[in-house]
Amino acid sequence: MPGFGISLGYTVLYLCLIVLIPLAATFFKASTLGWGGFWHLVTTPRAIASYEVTFGASFAAASINLCFGLLTAWVLTRYRFPGKRIVDALVDLPFALPTAVAGIALTTLYAQNGWLGIPLAWLGIHVAFTWLGIVVALTFIGLPFVVRTVQPVLQALDAELEEAAASLGAGRLQTIARVIFPTILPAAITGFALALARGIGEYGSVIFIAGNMPMRTEITPVLIVSQLEEYDYAGATAIAVALLVVSFALLLAINLLQRWSRVRVEPEAVR
Amino acid sequence: MIAISEPKAVRWTLIAVTAIFLVLFLFLPLAIVLTTALGQGLTLYFASFTDPDTLTSIRLTLLTAAIAVPLNTLFGLAAAWAIAKFDFPAKSLLVTLIDLPFSVSPVVAGLIFVLLFGARGLLGPALIAHGVHIIFAVPGIILVTVFVTFPFVARELLPTMQAQGNDDEEAALTLGASGLQTFLRVTLPNVKWALLYGVILCNARAMGEFGAVAVVSGRIRGLTNTMPLQIEVLYQDYNYVAAFAVASLLALLALVTLVVKAIVEWRSGEPVA
Repeated sequence: MPGFGISLGYTVLYLCLIVLIPLAATFFKASTLGWGGFWHLVTTPRAIASYEVTFGASFAAASINLCFGLLTAWVLTRYRFPGKRIVDALVDLPFALPTAVAGIALTTLYAQNGWLGIPLAWLGIHVAFTWLGIVVALTFIGLPFVVRTVQPVLQALDAELEEAAASLGAGRLQTIARVIFPTILPAAITGFALALARGIGEYGSVIFIAGNMPMRTEITPVLIVSQLEEYDYAGATAIAVALLVVSFALLLAINLLQRWSRVRVEPEAVR
Repeated sequence: MIAISEPKAVRWTLIAVTAIFLVLFLFLPLAIVLTTALGQGLTLYFASFTDPDTLTSIRLTLLTAAIAVPLNTLFGLAAAWAIAKFDFPAKSLLVTLIDLPFSVSPVVAGLIFVLLFGARGLLGPALIAHGVHIIFAVPGIILVTVFVTFPFVARELLPTMQAQGNDDEEAALTLGASGLQTFLRVTLPNVKWALLYGVILCNARAMGEFGAVAVVSGRIRGLTNTMPLQIEVLYQDYNYVAAFAVASLLALLALVTLVVKAIVEWRSGEPVA
């Protein structure tokens, strides 16, 4: 097979130039702050409040997506209904729709005079410019992850397993709890982790709907931007590095989870 | 008959709950983009595209995608070829590193390049002294877009190329084809659908990137605003019709991307990631 040297060489060179060297430079810049300086900058009250908002809202949104993503994947693989193919294709919309478009669309929907804002305000629930607004935006952004990780596992699930369980006297709920659920669990957790990771870094869809009040509805990426606008490069760099470390830890966890789910579904594949 | 499905009432309840969730979170956001853009008539809709700043933003977005997408396509082909066709140490590490930009927050992606090329960055002062401006200028916008859309083509190509194996290429080489001929006549036709979807997805993300571009562009109206940034400007000026008119173009692009994905899945008979 020809072309090994040139293709691998180009791949590694391009990877270094675009991704690795710029990332390394950021860690280098952060290291010039010293451990004490770094720790001081990442633990200011405003930064900690932003972590609470970011992680809390991302966790809530990923949990919503876990429940409804499992349901959506189940309905799409198991049942027949009109318009199914269109619904299946539309699930990927949040991957393809620019975040700024999602942001203004959701804000308009949930604003006080919006289609959903009016009935919700009547119930006393305010979504736009509150913490709930952040959760709504992150739910939209993370929607495809659980569906798309669980769907192929459900499709590959052997119907004979369910028949065997049923013929051995298991009720439908027992079959779901003891046979189907354990099989899709690793994929579901992987989808949850992917949605969580996406939510933690998200910016574009959130800024319109969040209100961005420091200490209350300010997510960490918004804090980084406002520090940059005030020329506080040290603060922005420190918090960005903290965010990168969390993202990379999640990436590692997701890789391990995906290995685990492959072991569960097809044990030969890993050996 | 053994029960391996649910009673009809349960089935339809589950379908209804799913439908409500998807209408709230997918259908309504899409619908409001179109109704707000077109709500005050077609004349006003099309008038939105006569604003010179908006036209500049459309041109800048097209330019950015026209540079970033081919660069990442070339990279995707090289990376997929090296990884799928050969065995070498630390291969899985390379695959993980290629995915790295996916897990970097867009804002952080922008910051990384500000720290390198900004006026107080590592390389910025030297470059600016020679009249090379990257941050708050077009090169920075293109650079962060390349970073953010870096993995897309490689990600779509890799599984398909791995599944194809080396048999077809080895046959072509044995019959006397050159390496380049083999790549163009055998490998490319084999992976064309995955390549097409990777390019389309990469393009959609390149045109739609907001956070990373917002950090490096400086948001200079009529100069360094891309379409997503122009949407923000118009929206904050309470010019909702124009904001949603520009947004409707990007929403249309997203829908085209989904249609292409559906076609690619139908042609290849397998779901694509």
